[in-house]
Amino acid sequence: MSRCLYCFTPYAFPLSWESLFNLHTDNGLCEECSEKLEEINGDICEMCGRPFSLFPEQYRQENTCNDCVRWESDIVWTGILAGNRSLYVYNPFMQEMLSKYKYRGDAELAKVFYNTARKMYKKEFQKHILVPIPLSEERHLERGFNQSLLIAEGMGPVHNVLIRTSHEQKQSKKNRAERMNMENKPFEAVEDVSGKKVLLIDDVYTTGSTIRQAAKTLRDAGASSVSSLTLAR
Amino acid sequence: MNFFDETSPDRINETLMRFLYGRILLREELPFSDEELRDSAAVRSAGVLRVNGRFVCNRCENNEQQLFASFSCFRCKRESCHYCRHCIMMGRVSECSELFEASSEHETWPVHNSSLSWEGTLSPWQAKGSEAILDAIDKKGELLIWAVCGAGKTEILFRGIEKALTLGERICIATPRTDVVLELAPRIKDVFPEVKVSALYGGSEEKDCPGQIIISTTHQLYRFKQAFNTVIVDEVDAFPYSYEQTLQNAVKKAARTNALFIYLTATPDKKLKKRAETGKLQHVKIPRRFHGRPLPVPKFKSSWNWHKELKKGKLPKPILNWLRTLQETDRSGFLFIPSIKLLETFLPSIQNIFPSAESVHSEDPNRKEKVLRFRNKEIKLLVTTTILERGVTVPKLDVAVLGAEEDIFTESALVQIAGRAGRKADDTNGSVTFFHHVKSEAMNRAVRQINLMNKEGGK
Repeated sequence: MSRCLYCFTPYAFPLSWESLFNLHTDNGLCEECSEKLEEINGDICEMCGRPFSLFPEQYRQENTCNDCVRWESDIVWTGILAGNRSLYVYNPFMQEMLSKYKYRGDAELAKVFYNTARKMYKKEFQKHILVPIPLSEERHLERGFNQSLLIAEGMGPVHNVLIRTSHEQKQSKKNRAERMNMENKPFEAVEDVSGKKVLLIDDVYTTGSTIRQAAKTLRDAGASSVSSLTLAR
Repeated sequence: MNFFDETSPDRINETLMRFLYGRILLREELPFSDEELRDSAAVRSAGVLRVNGRFVCNRCENNEQQLFASFSCFRCKRESCHYCRHCIMMGRVSECSELFEASSEHETWPVHNSSLSWEGTLSPWQAKGSEAILDAIDKKGELLIWAVCGAGKTEILFRGIEKALTLGERICIATPRTDVVLELAPRIKDVFPEVKVSALYGGSEEKDCPGQIIISTTHQLYRFKQAFNTVIVDEVDAFPYSYEQTLQNAVKKAARTNALFIYLTATPDKKLKKRAETGKLQHVKIPRRFHGRPLPVPKFKSSWNWHKELKKGKLPKPILNWLRTLQETDRSGFLFIPSIKLLETFLPSIQNIFPSAESVHSEDPNRKEKVLRFRNKEIKLLVTTTILERGVTVPKLDVAVLGAEEDIFTESALVQIAGRAGRKADDTNGSVTFFHHVKSEAMNRAVRQINLMNKEGGK
């Protein structure tokens, strides 16, 4: 009997046809917690991977959401990010889970995502190198670990290409124009990535600006394409 | 050096020690510099210890190995730095964390003479409980107050707390739930206006320099050590306190040597009852409510195959009758059902005939707001799982349980549920109905206990 990684309740996963044929991806959670995670699948924005089922029809233009249309129509950002895919909907349970993981510092919770992330990596992003979004020295010391690095390590060999040049500012405290602004570059590439396909790893895709800033830095450093995978969207 | 200089080392050390007395805190929780900590008398220790090859958390004392994990730590650069997952919600305690504490030996609290500002009077039964506590404040040790629901437990504590304050003692009231902390703290502040009273719970803003009287969730006691002369444990039989050894240890750890422990409950578990009945645990029973009326006795009503009928989307007839009767009166209703899942399937059919019915359960984000609306009589019927069995008092209330034989409705849960009715002095006759497919032993025992208390209270 193992214990649920999240709520610690002992559980045994029910034996089913899915588990026999290994269709079910083990996430270390009990059935109850597992049910609260909403996997993203079905009709999604082909750019940022957000599920269309969760927002009104008028915010979409064909297969792309309005936010991505706006990013792509800005010449600074056109074609910078090849695309993003996220594993789960950022629902209240996922918010709690990530806040326990990141802010309380429960590193063990990274294991919840290893198998699903690896599966997505194999399926959608073959031949990409894994690059986690870095933390500033200060934030890294405060937390003791980098939540994105830990996820990436569970997926395969990691390339720590990026570093932070400035301390993280809360994205939520900036307006859209500030977020789209490219004046102060938050990242720097410290390794040559010429001709490489890169998969960025981060915990949450919210506005897409962190991911795009990182993608831009990598493209400037020679990457042939940059995509991203996040736990939540 | 200027004697009044706030930044003089002595003054800083004093502030720091005041901050730390009776507590055990992480480095990150201390608003002082490394130098100030180094120059102070604070004692430091490692967050996680290895005792005979086993990990032990130095804060919550968890030693269950499964609840330790490790990560590659950027702070201490160890490849695997172990940390305690048990108390992680209060911030991570790992092998490289430092915990700070200050011996409360030299700590003093103000002596308050006649600090109680309360005009009320105690019922004869309450007076008996109050006397027992006054006595125990001198003798220390343990005391069980076995008081029926609605006995007026809080008032019973007043004189005892007042006496402890005349001795310059520090007192803690610990309860399993935040709701109770929030309800209790303003009442205690009201009657002890000169004393510093702090309410502690997850997210509380009174964490810095807590006062002489602490109203706290049991979990917050992980952060205390050797602090209190008296610890009052409310709802001592309730989850999670009664099930979790580390919480029981936390209560012991938070108390000073030679302290007094007062346990409050309407439904002591077997272990407590046995210790009380064999004379090993000093106890006093309060079998009568403060308004002097006996407890409403639950009635059993058979509701055959209620489970199957609900599955078909039908309301069992006995329940339907109960709902109709309630509808015709100006009373409110509390309907308990065994699970959140049932609650979801069941509510629409109730709302069909009872549009103002609402449901609430432990994970409901609107819980607080719904309970408030129920108290204000905006919601006439609240359908709920067991979460509200304790602590909610609403006037003119009838109570029913559907599926009273289910395992979740233990003897003590049923006594607590029945205890919601007839609480107010102007309406002492609420009805309590247990709807069941079969009768359980817990149902019988609950009724037996209520009858027994009524008999003892009538003497």
